Amino acid sequence: MKKFLLPLIALVVVLLTWHFYVIWAEVPKFVLPGPGAVFGALVDGAPSLFASAIITLKITLYALFAAAFSGVLLALLFSISRSFEMTVYPFAVVLQVTPVVAIAPLVLIWVGIDNVDQAQIIIAWLVAFFPILANMSAGLRSVDRNLNDLFVLYKASRWQRFWLLLWPTAMPYLLASLKVSGGLALIGGVVAEFVAGSGGSSGLAWRIIEAGNRLQMEKMFAGLLLLAVIGMGIFYGFSALERLVLRNRR
Amino acid sequence: MLEARSLYFAYPDGPAVLDGVDLNLANGEIVALLGASGCGKSTLLRVLSGLEPLQAGKVDWHEKPDFSFVFQEAALMPWATVANNVALPLTIAHTVNRAQIAEALTEVGLEGFEERYPATLSGGQKMRVSIARALAAKPALMFLDEPFGALDEILRFQMNALLLNVRAQHDLTCLFVTHSIYEAAYLADRVLVMHGGRITDEYKPQLDRSMSASDQRASVAFFGAVKNIGDLLGRGEA
Repeated sequence: MKKFLLPLIALVVVLLTWHFYVIWAEVPKFVLPGPGAVFGALVDGAPSLFASAIITLKITLYALFAAAFSGVLLALLFSISRSFEMTVYPFAVVLQVTPVVAIAPLVLIWVGIDNVDQAQIIIAWLVAFFPILANMSAGLRSVDRNLNDLFVLYKASRWQRFWLLLWPTAMPYLLASLKVSGGLALIGGVVAEFVAGSGGSSGLAWRIIEAGNRLQMEKMFAGLLLLAVIGMGIFYGFSALERLVLRNRR
Repeated sequence: MLEARSLYFAYPDGPAVLDGVDLNLANGEIVALLGASGCGKSTLLRVLSGLEPLQAGKVDWHEKPDFSFVFQEAALMPWATVANNVALPLTIAHTVNRAQIAEALTEVGLEGFEERYPATLSGGQKMRVSIARALAAKPALMFLDEPFGALDEILRFQMNALLLNVRAQHDLTCLFVTHSIYEAAYLADRVLVMHGGRITDEYKPQLDRSMSASDQRASVAFFGAVKNIGDLLGRGEA
């Protein structure tokens, strides 16, 4: 109960402070709209904002799914062949450390400015992929030595070793990385849309740019709010999944 | 059951860990390997069980038995129920048999624990599950690598009694590593003292197994064994 109540109280305090500050300091609406105006913009723009939110959410989840699939697959290949890991890992690191904003224009040119959604998925995948690969690799390596010996002694097949030992051992690592990568995929998708600026995209980022161009600050805030809600939803969704899957382990 | 001659083993770039080990195991006996850390006792178990390759020497199995291994840690799968943990050797061999699992659990005093998860068990209970898992496949030989080293003394006594009990009911041969002189003196039919990669001495405690556990631990034979094994160990150190 306290876990929900404390952040809720903090939220109310922040909103009230924000509300009264805007009134007291007479901040113009085009600099900082009050929370009431933001809520109003959210209600007024609901059809287009929520449609955009669905698009952003979809792109994020597609990219996350692709990242999970490829990250897990590559981690498995790493665990099978050390030489393969040594060959490929540095390139995975390059993808991770190169700022995604700098890669985005290139991807946009390649897929074409008319296919911003594809660019979004690729870029979101790029940023979400590495934590899953790194965590999953660590998970596959963290197998209990004694259990591993037992599997050898009892002459388990490769498949039995994978399904009965490696996969369940790595599961907590994978779930933890999904929480991180979920947020990253959202960032990646938004970045791609910002870099595209305009064109075929119609996600939340585009709504924010659009509102910014028209100096509709309250709508920008409403878009931001929805982005934050999506990010929180992904994070707490995976936290819940994690608790559910690992409920018997602690 | 087993005759091993002049076993040699060294880890890569390391000195010899086993340097001419000779060892016999007869059916149904409990043999303790005792020695200071690093004397090669755990490696000997690993080589005999095939977890490490034999580099030189010869192992003659009179009839290669099914064997199982118990480690110092319970080494349970936290994601699996007690029943599924115990079933592991059977699962791998595709011969899962619920009755056999229940029997193994009853043997270690954990009947009714089938659906529990390891996280809900105490340290002693986990160790019992680990032993039940080793028993589930009805092995003829059990290797135990400091199996009770992580338990407190009270639990250790209980586990020792449990192992003797299990041995009495099955035709089970045990080779176990320990660095407790008391455990070796109480449990073993034969204590092998290891030093510097070879077996240097042997002692037979000869406790009267018809006496109760506490009487055995208070017997002259027990304290004689403790003294003599201690002397043998001390000789190796000096």
